[in-house]
Amino acid sequence: MTAITRPPDHPDAALRAEALESLLLERGLIDPKVVDGLISRYENDVGPMNGARVVAKAWTDAEYRRRLLEDGTAAIGELGYSGPQGEYIEVLENTGGVHNVVVCTLCSCYPWPVLGLPPSWYKDPAYRSRIVREPRRVLAEMGLELDDDVDIRVWDSSSEVRYLVLPERPEGTADLSEEELAALVTRDAMVGVGRVTPP
Amino acid sequence: MGGTQGWGTVKVPADEPVFGEPWEAKAFAYGALSARLSGQNLDAMRHAIDRQHPHDYLADGYYGRWLACVETMLVDSGVLAPGAVVARARKLRGEDVTEPPDPTPNKPDYQPTAGGSLRQVDTPPRFAVGDRVRTKAHAHAGHTRLPRYTRSHTGTVAAIHPAQVLPDTHAHFVAENAQHVYAVAFDATELWGDGAEPFTLTLDLYDDYLEPVE
Repeated sequence: MTAITRPPDHPDAALRAEALESLLLERGLIDPKVVDGLISRYENDVGPMNGARVVAKAWTDAEYRRRLLEDGTAAIGELGYSGPQGEYIEVLENTGGVHNVVVCTLCSCYPWPVLGLPPSWYKDPAYRSRIVREPRRVLAEMGLELDDDVDIRVWDSSSEVRYLVLPERPEGTADLSEEELAALVTRDAMVGVGRVTPP
Repeated sequence: MGGTQGWGTVKVPADEPVFGEPWEAKAFAYGALSARLSGQNLDAMRHAIDRQHPHDYLADGYYGRWLACVETMLVDSGVLAPGAVVARARKLRGEDVTEPPDPTPNKPDYQPTAGGSLRQVDTPPRFAVGDRVRTKAHAHAGHTRLPRYTRSHTGTVAAIHPAQVLPDTHAHFVAENAQHVYAVAFDATELWGDGAEPFTLTLDLYDDYLEPVE
């Protein structure tokens, strides 16, 4: 039998994180303010609300939509979103006949500036292994049934290119403002495992 | 991991915080700082994740991998001694342990030519959109970004992306090897056989991973 490397009393991850922190602090290698600032930024300021603003603007401004599909990084940057894991972002447009869905089978790469840090299911082996093999079935299990004639395109983020899905604008939202539309846009729709539903 | 079986269904929690546990937030922050602390780079960080024992890779989830890779990078660069983190953890919980002395610093002799991973290259792309290409079998040691499930398969160039540093050499501080990167589309049947669900899988592949199909 293959040996498991860890002894039964191996300190758990929480304790090892505390130990690492104590070693780094002791050597003056990290500034607690920088660490707290990073955590706070990704807990509060960088998340799917950013991508939702991009999508809502694309739905209401045809010229912006054109720029977004042509040069995602630049158009996203116009709204002030950039940074780690957003060096080059390409936007994939979902339509009635084409459905795009994004994964990283290697390590869970994700477009942080527009979606924040990835949710648990995106990092889970079940999603990473199966969405590239049986996407229609996985999407159905996740609650997204697609018609048989829909062309499914799966994008495995294997380089530094990051992908954002531009979901379809739902019916019956013609009167909504850009802000109201942004409130409808979900993280799942921007990864391609859900669609945006009307209010 | 792509295409492997036995993982069950995808579980989607109704609502989840960005970090499930406080230690995950800390692991994220140290991971974000790891290249700076160790004098390494993002590709080396991914390689440190790859090198974990399969059991450890899965045991503590995504941020467990981050925590472990930071430790690996710091040990490899001679910032911390092997075993220093576990020794400190044991000490913190009251065990009587001797902590290892600090090692000799051993940061890689390496300077990136620019920030990030995108680069300008002077040579024209070897392939054009619409060209048929085959991925290499690619069993070299060390880091790579050519997923196992896509090796030795034939696809079609769908787009040409900006040139990027080659992870296979960059992760090992050998060279940046900046080169063209292509979006290559594969038919599902090429990857999974005749019974596959109909769909297209697109992968972003570095020039080194590809050979022309005559």
